[in-house]
Amino acid sequence: MEFGFLVGSIVKILALLAYIYGILWVMAQPSRWVKAGGLIVAFGVVQLGLTKFGNFQILNSFDSGLLFQASAMTMVALGLNLIYGFNGQFSLGQWGFYGIGAYTAADITYRWVNGDARGLVVIAVGTILGAVILTGINKLLNQIRGVPVMSAFTLYLIGSIAAGYVAVMAGKLLFPVFQPLLGTNLEPGILATGIPLQVVFFLAVILAGVFAAEISFLLGVPVLTLGSDYFGIATLGFTIVVNVLMVNSDTILPFPEMKGGRGMVGIPKLTTWFWAFFFMIVVIVIMRNILRSSTGRAIMSVREDETAAKAMGIDIAGSKLMSFIIGSLFAGMGGAIYAHFIGFLSPGSFDFLVGFNPLIIVVFGGLGSMTGTIAASFGWLFFLEGLLRVLLGQMGTEAPTWRYVLYPLTLLLLMLIRPQGLLGTVEWGFLKAKEVLVRQKPKPASTDTPAVQA
Amino acid sequence: MENNTSSPTILKVEGLTKYFGGLGAVQNFEMVLKQGDLNGLIGPNGAGKTTVFNLITGIYVPTRGLIEFDGTSTAGREPFEITRSGIARTFQNIRLFSNLSVLDNVRIAYHPHAGYSLTDSVLRTKRFYVKEDELTEQALDFLAIFGLEGIQNELAKNLPYGQQRRVEIARALAANPKLLLLDEPAAGMNPKEIIELMDLIHFIHDRFNLTILLIEHQMRVVMGICRYITVMDFGQVIARGNPKEIQANQRVVEAYLGKGAGHAA
Repeated sequence: MEFGFLVGSIVKILALLAYIYGILWVMAQPSRWVKAGGLIVAFGVVQLGLTKFGNFQILNSFDSGLLFQASAMTMVALGLNLIYGFNGQFSLGQWGFYGIGAYTAADITYRWVNGDARGLVVIAVGTILGAVILTGINKLLNQIRGVPVMSAFTLYLIGSIAAGYVAVMAGKLLFPVFQPLLGTNLEPGILATGIPLQVVFFLAVILAGVFAAEISFLLGVPVLTLGSDYFGIATLGFTIVVNVLMVNSDTILPFPEMKGGRGMVGIPKLTTWFWAFFFMIVVIVIMRNILRSSTGRAIMSVREDETAAKAMGIDIAGSKLMSFIIGSLFAGMGGAIYAHFIGFLSPGSFDFLVGFNPLIIVVFGGLGSMTGTIAASFGWLFFLEGLLRVLLGQMGTEAPTWRYVLYPLTLLLLMLIRPQGLLGTVEWGFLKAKEVLVRQKPKPASTDTPAVQA
Repeated sequence: MENNTSSPTILKVEGLTKYFGGLGAVQNFEMVLKQGDLNGLIGPNGAGKTTVFNLITGIYVPTRGLIEFDGTSTAGREPFEITRSGIARTFQNIRLFSNLSVLDNVRIAYHPHAGYSLTDSVLRTKRFYVKEDELTEQALDFLAIFGLEGIQNELAKNLPYGQQRRVEIARALAANPKLLLLDEPAAGMNPKEIIELMDLIHFIHDRFNLTILLIEHQMRVVMGICRYITVMDFGQVIARGNPKEIQANQRVVEAYLGKGAGHAA
């Protein structure tokens, strides 16, 4: 049994890596049809594994749990890699944004299935209005030159509070309209089941991401002016603040349904493999498209040398803010996926100590390698939470705790042997930068070129 | 200034002063560059030459004084905005983006006028592909001009020193500047490389219709290519003139070699 389990687990991890490679390979194919077909097959293979045929199921509920958690973790870790690995800003705040995303999305769907549309309405109106107001203020401030950072921040804050106020009012106003359509928990109305509920879940994931991104904008405006190390400390503080607010969500915040430190129960388990896979692919594609563009080069140049980037006409502050916002957007979406998979949110899962997990994954996979981050997210969950936990579990009830010792030791060894991470900056298939090998057009008349060849 | 009087003024610096605490790094620095000038800025170590560059490009904010580029003051503008208005520079100790490819180093210079937005790149619109191909072609052209063809996919940090210098100059030129500031381009080069560099500077000056200001220690470079030279010592201008006048100037000789050296010569 033990031996069989060990072999089975290793096969699973290898199959998983092959699977990731396959997805990235098929996405690199030029034909649109091959790409779409490949992705559908990739989705279908796992879906098949998750389906029960009588008593037989390739991926049991333990495996599927790991799979969903890994896809959520991939999103956060990719966001962090964008901020830390590609932009060079050391952020410890991503776990806070993950938590914000989880609680925001959970609140939307939880209220929705309990006959309360305010969650969705308030968040939707608030984020959309907030986005409009914040971009408006941003445009205005770009016209007026030399506004101090804290004054700009105050303006943004006032704008967001105004947006929030309008949103709450809108929620109160629209509440009775939705009431009959939603029904109650026991007798769900027409909008609280089936496809409408799936649409609400989809919106909840997107809105959770956008909400987290807007919070990250508010935080980033003042905090990103600090140097990288101080930025790390400030964002760590942010994660702690978010955690404290979660613990006291029913006392100092007006959210009794989040139940504070006791944990939020009864979140509809809406995360299916389809949604997890879909959002993970969306995040991968968006991030790759940004990185392999002029914006991406600007982001990386800030990491390489800020002074030189300035001298090349690159808006350093804007570039940092943008990668921070996008990274937090991914974190928020990841949180939403996690919340609807697990169905129960406890502030303990968003503690700042757990918050180091995405950082460790990013470092493990390789700073500045998307492939490494994806592989490490899956590998980490399947190896440490899956294989090691079960193996150690057979050695005694308390033995699984040893993995918290083995795990840092592995990281320590890796840092000694391979400080650039498992994959360094290697990318697979779709994520690879396009190499420019041959010139598409003949080179210009070079009669006037002097002898500058070395 | 005496040469090039008919051309329009491109850079005017008046009463430029910069204090670091109580230390006057640059005091009452004055300079006028006309379109098409190829001028030198020399002086012993610590004279404040690089500080002048950092003030012109906006990396330091002046304590006092006026910098007018192309008819408008640069005061209150961010360094990246000043660069976008047409000033490019290279650095004394080469500052390439070392973990990026040579091609990407040059392509970064096109970022301010890439011609497509973030939305274009996320959605991979047609506009993205067209503009990206365009700027890649332009970057390859620049690399070809500088004899860097075929190494576009190398990481910048893996290049030999002379090539790194050329990549840095190519990158600065790709930003499409009107004024190019070169900070000790010949530092650490051997005599053969220096001759090549002088040819290169002459060539880019003519081909891109540039105004160039050059900081240099190697007297043969300065005397060989600059038409007009400003000499600084202890943050102040001590002499101006063409290479012949500068070589004969008593104060310059003293600044470089110490008092009494003039008599011995």
